[in-house]
Amino acid sequence: MRIGKTVSTRITKTLTYILLIIGSAIFMLPFVWLVRSSFMELGQIFIIPPEWIPKPFRWQNYIEALTAAPFLKYFQNTLKILLFNESGVVLTSIICAYSFARLRWPGRDFIFAILLTSLMLPYAVTLIPTFILWKMLGGLNTFFPLTVPAWFGGGVFYIFLLRQFFLTIPYELDEAAYMDGANPLKVLWSIVVPLSKPAVITVAIFNFIGVWNDLLGPIIYLSDPDKYTLAIGLSVFRSMYTAQWHYLMAASVVVLLPVILVFFIGQRYFIQGITLTGLKG
Amino acid sequence: MAKKTSLYSNEAKWGVILALPAILGFLIWTLGPMIASFILGFTDWEVVTNPKLIGVGNFKKILFNDFIFKKSIYATVYYSVGGVVLTIIAAFLVAILLNQKVRGLPLFRTIFYLPSITPAIASAMLWIWLFNPDFGLLNQVLGIFGIPKLQWIYDEKQVVPALIFMSIWGLGGTMVIFLAGLQGVPQELYEAVEIDGGSWWHRFRYVTIPMMTPTIFFNLVMAIIGAFQVFTSAYIMTDGGPNYASMFYVYYIYLSAFRYGHMGYACALAVILFFIILAFTLVVFRSSPYWVYYESARRR
Repeated sequence: MRIGKTVSTRITKTLTYILLIIGSAIFMLPFVWLVRSSFMELGQIFIIPPEWIPKPFRWQNYIEALTAAPFLKYFQNTLKILLFNESGVVLTSIICAYSFARLRWPGRDFIFAILLTSLMLPYAVTLIPTFILWKMLGGLNTFFPLTVPAWFGGGVFYIFLLRQFFLTIPYELDEAAYMDGANPLKVLWSIVVPLSKPAVITVAIFNFIGVWNDLLGPIIYLSDPDKYTLAIGLSVFRSMYTAQWHYLMAASVVVLLPVILVFFIGQRYFIQGITLTGLKG
Repeated sequence: MAKKTSLYSNEAKWGVILALPAILGFLIWTLGPMIASFILGFTDWEVVTNPKLIGVGNFKKILFNDFIFKKSIYATVYYSVGGVVLTIIAAFLVAILLNQKVRGLPLFRTIFYLPSITPAIASAMLWIWLFNPDFGLLNQVLGIFGIPKLQWIYDEKQVVPALIFMSIWGLGGTMVIFLAGLQGVPQELYEAVEIDGGSWWHRFRYVTIPMMTPTIFFNLVMAIIGAFQVFTSAYIMTDGGPNYASMFYVYYIYLSAFRYGHMGYACALAVILFFIILAFTLVVFRSSPYWVYYESARRR
């Protein structure tokens, strides 16, 4: 009985690994295809059956692709939007989540419940009136539509995520600080935020990815090529170099790389943040 | 409790002030535009003219006189239902595999997660190339197994299944949440099944599944809302074609408003989307007492 059990456990383990390895290979294959195409000569890309090692190895694809369109400008624009958006989201979502999690005021939970309903609201419903509002304010073709809303709590999802985390911190810590004469802001910065690093980093990474990947916003609001972000720049680049797959793949790698980098740097906190905030519902 | 409140006398004042950005944000960026959308849906408004109230004209035209709308609804529901069901099943299976205390978990987790954070524009470009009927990787792989070439996104019948296939690649976000849920399943429950002589199937069927239903529920709702709003693949990869077969709803709204300038009409379309998503979400919520298991409900 005992032996039978170990054998079956071992079979399960082996099977698990086999499935995981096959699955990972399938999931990685598109990336491998992307990277190998980005280093190839155009001729080699079209060889059938496909070759996997670029020969010659063309680093120049990257230089040629990046200079074929003003990608540096696109990059700067994206960074500017990112800077103003990210700071707004992180700052105001922390403040709002703190109020909803740890300060008592009349109507708090009711208002929070109403805010939560907007998680279910399709963004398409607010899209056109928001566009008109920015048009009236003279905000078209500026970065304001893509950054200013971030300063209003940064979105209910992030507030929810942080609030869940803040709720797990013992309230006695706040009380002790209040006894010492601290005000709520002081409690927030000196007690709650330092204890909530994984959640804050999770919000920052989520938002970074969201802003970096956003396509619809820039398409609607930015019409001047000087204002283009990387995402919109890449889509324009595509229409100019339709069949130049080596350039298209090189440019895609460049847009993809920062996201992967940020993910790897924050990964430890990020996974912890998702787990601990009870994002699982 | 009352004593706690007095510890900091200005607590309520601070609370309201600190929550103000979120409250204002909700009014300015959510509630206001939403009401405006509902009102504008009843107007005839081309970008260059002034909005003119026309009653239910837009809605009448959409429901009875707009074949693109019908195609769009079909494409979107097909994509959403197919994509959500398959993604949830696949994400759940991957999460279960990863939960088997495997070595190299961080590596596997990263591999399965990466596609989901890949910028939509970059993955769209990549997949156009993978789907390429003549030189794309997918047809080459099919060729190994002797399967004839598919047209993928270039065929009216294949385009939505192809995009569903692509969306499964992005299961990472759903998977991570499942994984977090699995790690929260109390170990004692599994031990109890084992003591009673239960097999892995019993553990799976009578512990894992019931304990995971709240997580499945959460993922289901979020995935439905997300899938209904798919935009980039239509915008970059298919332009809604061929023959409107991938005219996803938000892309149709985008075209109506920002390419053709029918602002009022687009708002009416958006309002209809709101009710469609609401209906789907309500169905899922209403069905939840029958299949979602809450520990707290049992205790009561």
